Amino acid sequence: MSRFIKVAAAASAAVLALAACGGGGDDSSSSGSSGGGATVTDAQVEDALQKGGTLTVWAWEPTLKDVVTKFQAKYPNVKVDLVNAGTGDKQYTALQNAIAAGKGVPDVGQIEYYALPQFAIGKALTNLNSYGAESLKADFNPGPWNSVNNSGGVYGLPMDSGPMALYYNKEVFDKYKIEVPKTWTEYLEAARKLHKADPKVYITNDTGDAGLTTSLIWQAGGKPYQVDGTNVTINFQDAGSQEFVKVWQTLISEKLLAPISSWSDQWFQGMGNGSIATVATGAWMPANFVTSAPAGKGKWRAAELPQWQAGQNASAENGGSALSIMDKGANKELAYGFLKYANDGDGVQIRVDGGAFPATSKTLADPKWLGDEFEYFGGQKANEIFAKSAQNVVTGWSYLPFQVYSNSVFNDTAGKAYVSNTTLADGLKAWQDQSAKYGNEQGFTVK
Amino acid sequence: MRQMAVPIAAAPPATRRVRRSYRGWQFVGPFMIVFALVFLAPIVYAIYLSLYRNRLIGGNAFVGLDNYTQALQDPQFWSGVGRVGLFLVVQVPIMLFLALLVALALDSGRLYGKSFFRVSIFLPYAVPAVVAALMWGFIYGSQFGLIGNLNDALGITLPDPLKPSLILASIGNISTWQFVGYNMLIFYSALQVVPKSLYESAAIDGAGQVRIIRSIKLPAIRGALVIATIFSIIGSFQLFNEPAILRNLAPNAITTYFTPNFYAYSLTFSGQQINYSAAVAVVMALITMVVAYVVQLRGTKDL
Repeated sequence: MSRFIKVAAAASAAVLALAACGGGGDDSSSSGSSGGGATVTDAQVEDALQKGGTLTVWAWEPTLKDVVTKFQAKYPNVKVDLVNAGTGDKQYTALQNAIAAGKGVPDVGQIEYYALPQFAIGKALTNLNSYGAESLKADFNPGPWNSVNNSGGVYGLPMDSGPMALYYNKEVFDKYKIEVPKTWTEYLEAARKLHKADPKVYITNDTGDAGLTTSLIWQAGGKPYQVDGTNVTINFQDAGSQEFVKVWQTLISEKLLAPISSWSDQWFQGMGNGSIATVATGAWMPANFVTSAPAGKGKWRAAELPQWQAGQNASAENGGSALSIMDKGANKELAYGFLKYANDGDGVQIRVDGGAFPATSKTLADPKWLGDEFEYFGGQKANEIFAKSAQNVVTGWSYLPFQVYSNSVFNDTAGKAYVSNTTLADGLKAWQDQSAKYGNEQGFTVK
Repeated sequence: MRQMAVPIAAAPPATRRVRRSYRGWQFVGPFMIVFALVFLAPIVYAIYLSLYRNRLIGGNAFVGLDNYTQALQDPQFWSGVGRVGLFLVVQVPIMLFLALLVALALDSGRLYGKSFFRVSIFLPYAVPAVVAALMWGFIYGSQFGLIGNLNDALGITLPDPLKPSLILASIGNISTWQFVGYNMLIFYSALQVVPKSLYESAAIDGAGQVRIIRSIKLPAIRGALVIATIFSIIGSFQLFNEPAILRNLAPNAITTYFTPNFYAYSLTFSGQQINYSAAVAVVMALITMVVAYVVQLRGTKDL
């Protein structure tokens, strides 16, 4: 118990020290506090690994299984208990319940980037600055690294990432002699042409997806969420958001979007049979194509995301997750050892070999990885596109510290624009208001 | 002295009564323990939870009846209550009427293949609610579902059953399909116990089938009608499975506060508002109890 208090105190002291530095996640402030923040050295972590013990890890990422096997082979005294407590929301619920009960909390949990701030601010996660994690900054891509930073603390090590790309059905585009769009304006044009040529064909599907909406606003340079501790600003009236609204409202009004929800059977069918011509999403998508839309094999390709301004090369993240150490976990040194192995050490290659999309900059520069030919994409070297996208992710984006809730009411509010006369702008305003109301109820100051 | 003698004389029976009551408790004890654990404890716990508020910033605090005041003023909660209320007054009469019709048809003895009809009408009730909702989801699909296929095959455009203005009716259709058989069985078994001699004497008196139904059969199964109505009221207020499953197909038509139960679920699992969710659940339980009780009082007034 006393050890727990000590660690917690160290963690909160580190948070305070960083907050005093201005709260920003920039280089100077984090390196300035690293001397005072690092209370556990690498040697201590190595000792813990040699001494051994049991670790409980809650994660659903499939390639972690191999990582655990090889980790245990390298550190025979450590026993890792890998538990799949559900995917996404389901696991967060289980995790929140365990944290509230103070019992059964795992040592390590997989947490998606959009949900990370919620756990960080709820003091559920250990600030890894006390383990010297900020020195690992250079190992990771800026996008994911930015995502694990919250108010100056590092609350996990990035595991995978989702730099966005536009996947398109080349066969469909060739058939109707339509150019693959380079800008979202061209995308809109292509949508019109496709749907006119064959009313069964849609440029893409969308029934209101919070993740896609925020990612595209992110790409457009919008910053609807400003978070400074417990002071939060939500504003969907900024230029980037407006840019997105303009194009998307037209797509909705002209009924150019297939009314099919992502991840439904109909979605994968549509990708297989050519009635859904493009999908803009994260670089983790190829594995899903292969397993769930086998009929589209050889027809699909990856391309850079269309741009909001011609000539730019901006990108955004969609999805991706980190491994974090739970504040109420028992064996933190050991847990940190596992995190480093899985996300920064030998584990990275094991997961990449298993088909995961990495968050480490080294892998993205690896010529062998870049040269991988994707059979599904007709032998295209798609990693080159993904790597480029990863480098072009617009910086400065942050999610709400209650994004999990906020996303859950997206269809209640903004979703109205898809099925009624409500405009997308009004829908986003309603989403903003509903999120702000929740934030204020939860003790934040939301403007 | 005499006055004192009375209490002494009365004492032995008093102690015997105490001992006897303990023996009674020994018999009901096992039941009471299980009852308290699995029935009372969750209710008490929900009420306890509803008096607190746990926030992301600021932690847990006792807030008295704040959650209840909030629930009573919550437009989303009341829109959910309104929706199940509408569902109740439209779907339940249709369903019970159909069930009654089928039960009377089966009971008339003039139906060919009676047992086949009885089983096949009851069959949907044997399909798990989640499976039924999934199945109907496929049927309703306007892109790849049955509706979509019909549109393609016949070159028509049927209204999308999953659009906001039709979704409640579509859910009502699922519930009706699923529960007609169940209610039919209640009515049918109630009809089975009506003495056949009543029908014979009515026939001798010159009563037709309609008259027999009005004057003998319906009064005879009135108790069953009331029971079925109460079950249906509770079922409507607890509407959850169908909206929860269909939401994957129609995320914009079914809100997170579509029904009070679904609202309580969303509050807990998306917003971590366990305390407020408990208050919503308690309020909804009270509303259901009141409505069911009123119906029972009215239905059994002069039975």
